[in-house]
Order: sequence, then structure tokens, then C-alpha cells
Amino acid sequence: MNRNETKAWLYLLPATLLLAAFLVYPLIDVLIYSVEEGYNFTSQTYWGVGGYNYLYVLHDPYFLQALKNTLILVAITVPVSTCLALAISTALSSIRPLRQLFQTVYFLPYVTNTLAVGLVFMALFQKTEYTDGLVNLLINWFGGQSVDFIDGPYWAKMFVLCFYTVWTVMPFKILVLTSALASVNPDYYRAARVDGTSRTRIFFRITLPLIAPMIVYLVITGFIGAFKAYSDAVALFGTDLNAAGMNTIVGYVYDMLYGDSGGYPSYASAAAIILFVIVLTITCINLLVSRRQLEN
Amino acid sequence: MEIRLEGITKRFPGRSKKSQGETTAVRDLTVQVPDGTLVGLLGPSGCGKSTTLNMICGLEAPTEGRIFFGDEDVTDLPPELRGVGMVFQNYALYPHLTVLQNILFPLENLKGEQRPSKEEMRRRAVETAALVQIEELLDRKPRELSGGQQQRVAIARALVKTPRVLLLDEPLSNLDARLRLQTREEICRIQKKTGITTIFVTHDQEEAMSISDRIVVMKEGVLMQRGLPQQVYDDPANLFVAKFLGLPPINVFQGRIQGGWLCLEGTPVLPAPGVADQEVWAGVRPEGFLLREDGPLVCALDRVEVLGRDVSAVCAHPACQSGQVRVILDPDCRMESGRKMVNFALRPDKVFLFRREDGVRIPLPEAGP
Repeated sequence: MNRNETKAWLYLLPATLLLAAFLVYPLIDVLIYSVEEGYNFTSQTYWGVGGYNYLYVLHDPYFLQALKNTLILVAITVPVSTCLALAISTALSSIRPLRQLFQTVYFLPYVTNTLAVGLVFMALFQKTEYTDGLVNLLINWFGGQSVDFIDGPYWAKMFVLCFYTVWTVMPFKILVLTSALASVNPDYYRAARVDGTSRTRIFFRITLPLIAPMIVYLVITGFIGAFKAYSDAVALFGTDLNAAGMNTIVGYVYDMLYGDSGGYPSYASAAAIILFVIVLTITCINLLVSRRQLEN
Repeated sequence: MEIRLEGITKRFPGRSKKSQGETTAVRDLTVQVPDGTLVGLLGPSGCGKSTTLNMICGLEAPTEGRIFFGDEDVTDLPPELRGVGMVFQNYALYPHLTVLQNILFPLENLKGEQRPSKEEMRRRAVETAALVQIEELLDRKPRELSGGQQQRVAIARALVKTPRVLLLDEPLSNLDARLRLQTREEICRIQKKTGITTIFVTHDQEEAMSISDRIVVMKEGVLMQRGLPQQVYDDPANLFVAKFLGLPPINVFQGRIQGGWLCLEGTPVLPAPGVADQEVWAGVRPEGFLLREDGPLVCALDRVEVLGRDVSAVCAHPACQSGQVRVILDPDCRMESGRKMVNFALRPDKVFLFRREDGVRIPLPEAGP
């Protein structure tokens, strides 16, 4: 190792130490916790090493509910928010007047606090003694029955959660996609016009392939973000998510650590590792599929 | 297909709110392009030549005036109904499609009865690729091609629908010097082979002179002169055209007509019979100087450059506008390098007189050899 290389490692040392202490060590620690059976938090003892924690978590109805909720949330919000963001940013880039105004409006949710938005959604959806909420008023207006979106049937609660998630993740996607659309060389469109290409064909055969890398990025980060959903559910349904039946995997991990039934770091770690494996698998599939798509 | 532009004017609205004024890119342009010719639209950047091309293409609508293809008025037709093929300056090849897919793209846009069968499309695409000699590149992506190859693909894409008119926007500007020579001959060859009326835009006079059947010189949106390349070179309508064409550029002197003679710094150098006494610009092509011991034009010799084919002498003359007179001489005339001063006579057919106030050419009654 020559002097320059030693120097380089020296420069890298602070960052490496910090990463090791706050990222690598906890990761390894979680892995260790997850295989220590019967771990006692107070005495810091355990009586064996094995897969019991995983078995327990995978048989815990609360975890299965959380897994189901998370999967539904991911399956609905990622495609819906990406397609909607694509439609809105395409519309935004084809209008001239008021474009700035609309861009600002669409970006507002991004800079608004999650819990504040939660309050607004309460006003929209929650039933109280005084009012059924704005959305129910609208439903009644069209002659429908009031639905309790916060404490009512499962599909209604899931609808609100998905709606809320889509609404909060959209601004970033719109921002990324409008800049991706703006960076497409206008000469492609001029060339397409000379050849008499229809608008739909221009969109699907030229625009979409050219911004495909950005869409891939948004889908991958969208999947990861949706799998890690937690605060959105808390903002809407309060901290006792298990009681509401709206828990997510991250929520389950949190409850296992600090919730009313908390104090089980082993179960929490096992759940966290399961989540990690799911996200890793999905991301790898995403990358493989999109790489093949981009190559063709 | 003959193309006629009749009184074309294009005005763009002011960009910002502060500058309310409109920009006139093209002003009352009337040009006729004969059927089957290769025409170079020539001018410095910002002279409105690309705008003119876009209007012929249909990408932009003229503010005033009409455009005719043959007898058909195409002014209000969209590009796809005009039967034009366009090659963009940066080629605008779709980067995610292969060469073959790029060439097929215009055909796949056709609808209804016009739409050929799959095999027919492929046959035409391959045929066009063969015309521009890129058959072996059909499966490549544009980024895997050199600039010259991309240019050919762009030409093939423009030709595959067998357009009535082919338009090329600065076709050689993105190529290096050697490819430029090669490609311009290629364009010339393809044009002659297909016989499609072709208009190309360039700011490089050599490019335009070398391959065009006709050239059209523009400045600030106004037509300066049009005609055969050699004719425009030999008979420029004004000082701008004279300065724009020719390399090395024309030498411009501040002169004066006195008693039927062109005088530089008070010395009569060339007879100009029948021209009224006035201040003039005198333009002398570099090849218009003859080495004569008794020549009336005396210049201080700066240096002699031997270029093989000919000898170029750089001299100074107090009346010269640029301060430097560049002269091209026959290599046979031995020029002693130790000399301080040289005497030149002028060839009357290489000397042009222009009015001092507006640069318009003053015709010499008996000019020409």
C-alpha cells in the first residue's frame, strides 16, 4: 500500500466509522436479535438460537393483517400514483398559461406536514356527532348512504389510506416527470410532426421510451416507500393500528418494540428482516424487468 | 416538384413582456426553386434561413405570403400532407429505436389505404437504406453510429416516404472536416439519383458553392441574391454577397471615382469609364491581382505563403478596409522574398464597385473580360 492509498483510506475513515456505527452495526444487530430465541429485554439473556422468532411472526394474525394491508397498499398506490403523475405532468407540459400556478398547487402536498394533512383528511372523511364529513355529505347529496371511512368497513378504511398515500407521494413524482418531459429534445417532436405521427403514437413510441429511466426510478422508489408506509396510517387511524385493523409491517415492528404489547425486540427484528427480504426481492425483480424493457 | 415562395414574411412576437417589439425573421421573400434541383440557402446565422426551411416544411406558418409546390398552394397544409422529408441539424434519430425502426417510423404513421403491408414497408426501408449505403447497420442503435452514419440514417428516414421535397437543415455542421467533404458529395449523389427537389441550409459558403445547382443568399431575413453559384460569385449584387462568398474573402478598399478612374489613396488604379464621381467601396477578389513591375497598385509586402497549388501573398495597403490584402498568385510567377514593396495591376473582371452609402453594386458599362 503506497502512501497515497493510506492517505485516501484516512480521508474515508470518518465517514466509514459513522456508517459502520450507525448503519452496519445496527443491521447486524437486528439480524442477531432475530435469531435469538426467548430473548429477555431486562435480563439481556436468551435460551437458544433458531428460527422460532420468524415462525412466531409469520403465524401472528396481526402480522399477517399488516402484511396484507401493506401488499394491498403497494399494489394499488404505486401504479395509480405513477400513472396519475404521468398524466398530470404530461398535461402540465402541454399547457402554457397558468402552468406555474398548477405546478405550485400540485407541489403543495410535498411541503405540508403529514399530520397536518391527516387533520384535513379527518375533516373530509371522519364521522363525528356533528357531521359525517365532507365526503359523506357529497355521497348523501347524490343519494348514497353515509360510510364511516375511519372506523367503518375495511374497504372504506383502505380506500382512505390509499387515497391519502397517492395524494402525498404524487408531488415528487410530478416534479420528477415534468422535468424529465422538459428535457426531451423538441426536435424529436418536430421530426415526428413532419412524419405525421399521431399524438398517442408520439406519446407511447417517443415520449414514454425517452423518459422510461425516470419512470423506472419512480416505480422502484415508490415500491420501497410504500412498503415502508407507517406514518400515513398513524395520521389517519391513530396509534392503535392493530385495533383499527390497518397496521402496516413497519407499524407492526414499531408495536413490537414500543407499543402496548411491546418489549419484543426479537419479533420486531424478525419482522424487519422479513420486510427487508420482500423489498429486496421486489426491487431486484423491478430492476431485471426494467433493464430488459429498456434494452428492447 | 417546383417550389415557389411568394412574398413570405415571418414575424415572431416579442419574447418577454419588456420587449414588446416583434422580430421579423423573414421579410417579403420571393424565391423559385426549379424542379429536381439542389438549392443551397446560404447566409450568416440568424438570417432567417432555418425559419424559411421550417416554413417550407410546414413546421411554422408564414405571417404573410404563400408557398406553392408546383401549382398546389400548400401554405395551410400540415407537414405530413405536403410530402416533405426533413433532416434536422442534430438528425433527431429516436435513440431507443434501431436504425431499421427509425427508417420504418414514417411509414408506420401512414393510415388507411396509404399504409403499405409489413413486408412492403420493410422492403422500402431496406431499399432506402441501400440508397444511402447503410444496409449493414440496420440493427444498430443510433448511439452506436458515427456522425456520418447517423446523417445517412436521417436522410434515409426522410426519403423513405418518397417525398416531393427534401429539406436539410445544416446537414454538414456536426461532421468533422473530412466527413464533411465526403458527405456533401454523398448528398449530391443521392439528390441526383432520386431527382427529388432538395433545399439545404448552410452558413458555409464553400459547402453551398460546391454542391448546389443554385444558391440563395440571405441576410437578416432579406433575399440578397440568387442564381448559379459561379454567377453569384462572379457578379455579386452587393457588398454583403461579395464579402460572404469566396475564400480567402474579397479584399475591400476605400476608393473614389474621379474622372472615370478608380482611385485608391489618390492613385488611379483602374479605369471606370462612365461611372459618376463618388466615394465607393472597391472589392477585389484575391485572384484579381496581377504581378506587374509597372502596376499602379503599390502594396507593402508582409509575407508570402506557398501552398503548393498556388502562392498567397499577404500585403498591406492603407486604403484596405481590413488592413490586410490577401492575394493569390500563380506559382509560376517567381516572387523574390526580400522585397519590401510589390506592384500589382488589377483584373477588371475581378474588381467590383459598390456604393459607399448602402453597398449596392455600381455596374461598370463595359465590365467583364
